[in-house]
Amino acid sequence: MNVTITVNGKAHTHDIEPRTSLVQYLRETLDLTGTHIGCDTSGCGACTVTLNGEAIKSCTMLAVQADGSEVTTIEGMAQNGEMHPIQAAFKEKHGLQCGFCTPGMVMVAADILKNYPKPSEDDIRHGLKGNFCRCTGYHNIVKSIQLAAETINE
Amino acid sequence: MIPAKFDYIKASSVSEAVNLLDKHGFDAKILSGGQSLLPAMKLRLNRPEIVIDINGIAGMNTIEETGDGVIIGANCTHTQILNSEVVYKNLNILHRTVQTLGDVQVRNRGTIGGSLAHADPSADYPAVVLACEANIEVEGKNGKRTIAATDFFEGIFTTALADDEIIIAVHFPKVAHGNYQKFYQSASRFAIVGVAVVHDGNAVRVGITGVSDTPYRATEVEKAYNGNSDAAEHAVDGVEVMSDHFADTEYRSHLTKVMVKRALEA
Repeated sequence: MNVTITVNGKAHTHDIEPRTSLVQYLRETLDLTGTHIGCDTSGCGACTVTLNGEAIKSCTMLAVQADGSEVTTIEGMAQNGEMHPIQAAFKEKHGLQCGFCTPGMVMVAADILKNYPKPSEDDIRHGLKGNFCRCTGYHNIVKSIQLAAETINE
Repeated sequence: MIPAKFDYIKASSVSEAVNLLDKHGFDAKILSGGQSLLPAMKLRLNRPEIVIDINGIAGMNTIEETGDGVIIGANCTHTQILNSEVVYKNLNILHRTVQTLGDVQVRNRGTIGGSLAHADPSADYPAVVLACEANIEVEGKNGKRTIAATDFFEGIFTTALADDEIIIAVHFPKVAHGNYQKFYQSASRFAIVGVAVVHDGNAVRVGITGVSDTPYRATEVEKAYNGNSDAAEHAVDGVEVMSDHFADTEYRSHLTKVMVKRALEA
């Protein structure tokens, strides 16, 4: 099936099998391996990307369903060699240990901050409900998102 | 994990989707938000030959206020319901329920119609549609009909939908006074017990999910209530209570009574 998906601002057209998940398409067809596959059944959130600005789990969507949509992955966050404020905040606040969950954490943080520009700690923790950090580094992840909110609001 | 091969068809109208369902029967599955279907297909618990995507059908993702009710299109996502001013003002019990449902990403994709049709025994919506006495509007090859929520759920993952029918919309009455109390399964955040209570004058209507393989109206609680929350003692009267490694029958029964009492007093 022929689909056209705009990923990180660039339109891609490919003939893909319907059973290809969006994450598989991103990683294997577009070679954008920053989006990780954890549980592969929508539990862990490692594969989170934004679809038309909303965070989704890309393991639980068919690539053909994204036809005509705009997808942003972790590779699309930095602009002109400058880290996105969320990425910079994760670096500053040590919001990662092994780093496996981090792309998903950053992408869901973008959705949290879109809906809660001045989030409470509760807003952030509720927003992270669908993302697991198996290093259990949640405290610094929350601090990172708090810092990102401050930076963006400045 | 990759699902078994299937043909993907994006339906552009309800009649197209219904005709495809009628033609392919058990070999076809409707894809709405996909948050339950796609994982099941990847685990090969489900292997449809035809997947009919209904997301592109016009008019199925609107929320409309009528004189005495709210009509929610089947394709409305949980996020859309959560952010709806109409739902917040006229059907706050549903707003509160969606706050407890899934996570940000799942709420951005999953739909109310998909969840109801899937009929997971631990899903949240069933308790609320039962307590609100919502009506579920469906369409099949013989046209439209309405199924009362109380007649909709028939068992685990089983509903009153005929093989050729899909859900079009859910019709709720406006609800001034109601609430939803949920005891979470700590990993999945599904309901071990979910209780929806709607007050109607001195009477109450109580919908319960997660407890039995079919969500139910706690009619014995409703009969005994008369303003006294001790009626919660009757929460599992005549009900076959599920047992699993999160909650055995005895614990789940106790929990149900506690949650019903909280919901009656909230």
